Amino acid sequence: MTTSFVPVLLLLIVAVGLGVVFLSLNWVIGRHQRTPSKLAPYESGVPLLDTNRKRVNVRFYQIAMLFILFDIEAAFLYPWAVIYRRATYGNAGMFLFGEMLLFIVLLAVGYAYVWKKKAFDWK
Amino acid sequence: MTQALLMRYLLWPLVKFLGAFIVVQAIVAAMNWVERRLLGLIQARLGPNRVGWHGLLQIVADPIKFLLKEDIVPSSSEKVAYFLGPMLPLIPTFMVYCLIPFGPPPMFIAARVNVALLLVLALTSTGVYGIILGGWASNNKYSLMGGLRSAAQMVSYEVPFGLSIVGVLMICGSLDLVRIVDYQANNAWNLFPQIVAFFIFFVSMNAENNRTPFDLPEAESELVAGYHTEYSAMKFAFFMLAEYSAMIVNSCLVTLLFLGGWTMAIDGKGLTTQQLVSMGVLGGIIGLAIFLTKMMFFMFVYIWFRATFPRFRFDQLMDLGWKWMIPLALGNIVVTGVFVLIGQERLMYWIGLATLGAIGFHIFRKPVPAVKAKTAHEVAHAS
Repeated sequence: MTTSFVPVLLLLIVAVGLGVVFLSLNWVIGRHQRTPSKLAPYESGVPLLDTNRKRVNVRFYQIAMLFILFDIEAAFLYPWAVIYRRATYGNAGMFLFGEMLLFIVLLAVGYAYVWKKKAFDWK
Repeated sequence: MTQALLMRYLLWPLVKFLGAFIVVQAIVAAMNWVERRLLGLIQARLGPNRVGWHGLLQIVADPIKFLLKEDIVPSSSEKVAYFLGPMLPLIPTFMVYCLIPFGPPPMFIAARVNVALLLVLALTSTGVYGIILGGWASNNKYSLMGGLRSAAQMVSYEVPFGLSIVGVLMICGSLDLVRIVDYQANNAWNLFPQIVAFFIFFVSMNAENNRTPFDLPEAESELVAGYHTEYSAMKFAFFMLAEYSAMIVNSCLVTLLFLGGWTMAIDGKGLTTQQLVSMGVLGGIIGLAIFLTKMMFFMFVYIWFRATFPRFRFDQLMDLGWKWMIPLALGNIVVTGVFVLIGQERLMYWIGLATLGAIGFHIFRKPVPAVKAKTAHEVAHAS
């Protein structure tokens, strides 16, 4: 039923509205005393010596890529998991189990490869 | 006709959402006080006790203070992204309330959707955008580092978090949270057959919320305050609100998925949904009370953990997520698959119960040796 999602959409608007209202309220009744040192980036009290946007470890991107692979795989398992039980009452149980096993084995191969390539090691 | 539709899809959900919203916000505000008092209790100090009776008015005082403080926007920040930073995690955590059944179905759920669980997961995992965006937009080393760490951590634990739920889905056969709860009332809590999934879910949910022992994004000794270093006033409050709301949502999820939600029944005997609905308003209140009790227990455990465990190192954190939790979760899926396939689900309940018993036995086997504190005199003359 698509209509049962209408409240969810409605609440998106309410949530955005609430956020904006609170922030504007804070803007209206909060203090406004700006000084240059207050607006400077926080550096534990010393003036900034170099750039703020330094290079970061490439592993963060690596983790993000691995996450996409593994999380999509989890999302693929969801519909399978929902119908699995009903299927075991019929004859399709063994077939579905085999399919899942194949899927997980394929995934495990990739997982082992990534592990061997030391993508999980933070040294 | 239009009026009835309007009532059904606009007015009622809105009223219920506002009800849930107010209750959850009250819990969030109260949790702030409870957490500080409990931490004080555990660490043998007082905690906030000045504003009102036992510091209880702190709940009111904090929001007022947030409203009256100055909203500082650093001059070097990216203005739009800086504004979006606190908004993005807040919106999905608010929206999730309408999907979570806080009690027996018709009364305490704003929008009953047949893929509620999927939608809840999708919404809660968007919280990471706001954190990384806020950290980047602040144009501050600590914020950027905290945001990146937080993103890496949340993303890493999202995988075991999602995988652990698969086992529950295999047993219950539905993504509808109400059906999952009903299945547990008619059989037994998923905690028993899915005990491995429960622990994985529980640890991941701690990591997802950046709570101690996984609070590396906010490791104050390294990163000042992490991704919200530059945020003040209401924007800072939004980050806190989002964190506590996400904690409540996760506590609700673990209650619904593993502990039978608002029901208190085994094998269809006891307070099942039908039983509660037939009792009318009283049943609804009882269901709500049962649900909130279970949920608050997990909120308490969050605080307990925070007071008990030291923080992980970043490589330990990543090791735990990628090298331990993911294989365990995958193994759990295969084992559950085998048990469901051979139709021996009852056996799983007994194995889970036995495991829990063994863990309990191991913990309480020998009394914890009492550590006797040395007096100042003994310390001075110890040689």
